[in-house]
Amino acid sequence: MSAYAIQLLSIFLSAILTENYILNQFLGICPFLGVSKKLKTAVGMSLAVIVVMFISTAVTYPIYSKILQPHDMDYLQVVVFILVIAALVQLIETILKKYIPSLYKALGIYLPLITTNCAVLGITQLVISKGEDYTQALVNAIGSGVGFLVAMVIFSGVRERIENNDYPKFLKGLPSTLIAASLVAASFLGFAGVVKGMLGY
Amino acid sequence: MAEGKEKTSLWHEFTKGLIKENPVLRLVLGCCSTLALSTAASNSIGMGIATTFVLVCSNAVISALRHVIPDKVRIPCYIVVIAGFVSVVQMLIEAFSPALKDALGIYLPLIVVNCIILGRAEGFANKHKVLPSIMDGLGMGLGFTFTLLVMGTIREIIGSGTFFGMQVTPSMYPGIIIFLLPPGGFFVFGMLMAVANRITEHHGGKPVEDINCACCPMAVACGHVEVGSKQPSEKCERNGSSAQNKFLRGSVPPLQDDTQPKDGDTK
Repeated sequence: MSAYAIQLLSIFLSAILTENYILNQFLGICPFLGVSKKLKTAVGMSLAVIVVMFISTAVTYPIYSKILQPHDMDYLQVVVFILVIAALVQLIETILKKYIPSLYKALGIYLPLITTNCAVLGITQLVISKGEDYTQALVNAIGSGVGFLVAMVIFSGVRERIENNDYPKFLKGLPSTLIAASLVAASFLGFAGVVKGMLGY
Repeated sequence: MAEGKEKTSLWHEFTKGLIKENPVLRLVLGCCSTLALSTAASNSIGMGIATTFVLVCSNAVISALRHVIPDKVRIPCYIVVIAGFVSVVQMLIEAFSPALKDALGIYLPLIVVNCIILGRAEGFANKHKVLPSIMDGLGMGLGFTFTLLVMGTIREIIGSGTFFGMQVTPSMYPGIIIFLLPPGGFFVFGMLMAVANRITEHHGGKPVEDINCACCPMAVACGHVEVGSKQPSEKCERNGSSAQNKFLRGSVPPLQDDTQPKDGDTK
């Protein structure tokens, strides 16, 4: 494998394991706590996040590097990005509704929630602040999306279990969920350095 | 008489955000930045002030434009207003405190998608006058700052033994690093939430049990009541987010006309 391919693999794996969006960087906490009650909704939401993350990175990156940066309009980044993402999400929703109704049924209800999801705006800003090239940015977007899916699926499994358990009354509800999230995040700390040790990056 | 009444209601708008409707602990808004930036007390203050500034300004502008903005495209309009003010804050912080900019990092531009701001725009500013909206923004912003500061203080003292960078523990105290790491953030947040729930219960209120559509400003826009919640209306009532509540009961039409939800409707 060439050095570049290994670098891409390293970006992909660390986006999933060591720099997990939810558990290490606290982006997208709302859906993590809100939609993770059942496995089915967790998977649906995560798939929608992967799709939107990928498409919005694919669109905002060229906008930044070809339009904003050459014309010294970096300061418009936030405004332009959020508008582009909002428009994109609306577009995806309309297209899905018209042409792939089955997919719309599965993902449609999550799409509007994603417009104001930090994870999506976060990835578009992060790849630029890290100075990655276009391919790396796209790989990073997919990796982060998959990391989101992994965290959501694991946590929905944990939550289904604590729901039926007998825990102290004062922890009922959200506090117990947060503490469970803390333990899941602690388990993800175990991945620290794994990718670097494996691939040498 | 009328003037006095107005004054008390302004005071009420200001104080409700501090404790009774604390945005983080009671409305469960803006968890991302709360968890990420509460590693040190100084970061918390910086983030809190930046958010408060954006919240006050956007509340004022959105409230002033509430009769001008068409209902159907109100969410994009709000987002543009908020993003504009976030850019202002970003440039100000970059100019005056580059160190703070590095500390806040990616979370500074992410104030745009902080649910608190869109939530207050949708839940308060678009149906109140300018002055109450400013007071509401100020109260909510300070409530957010206060919660962040409490969390930041706890995590900084336990995690690194300092407070605003000053050593407060005996020098032999090594610091429990995990409190500075993500798991510590979730843990301290959970504990604070438990304390807040306990206090609320003691005063006859209902604790926050779950986060759902009622806690999300986009629930109004997306027009779907389901997504992880069965009875959001009750929580809305208690949390004071009347806009969401009315919407969920069906008295405020959602953005898309073809997806008119009914009470308890699951799609």
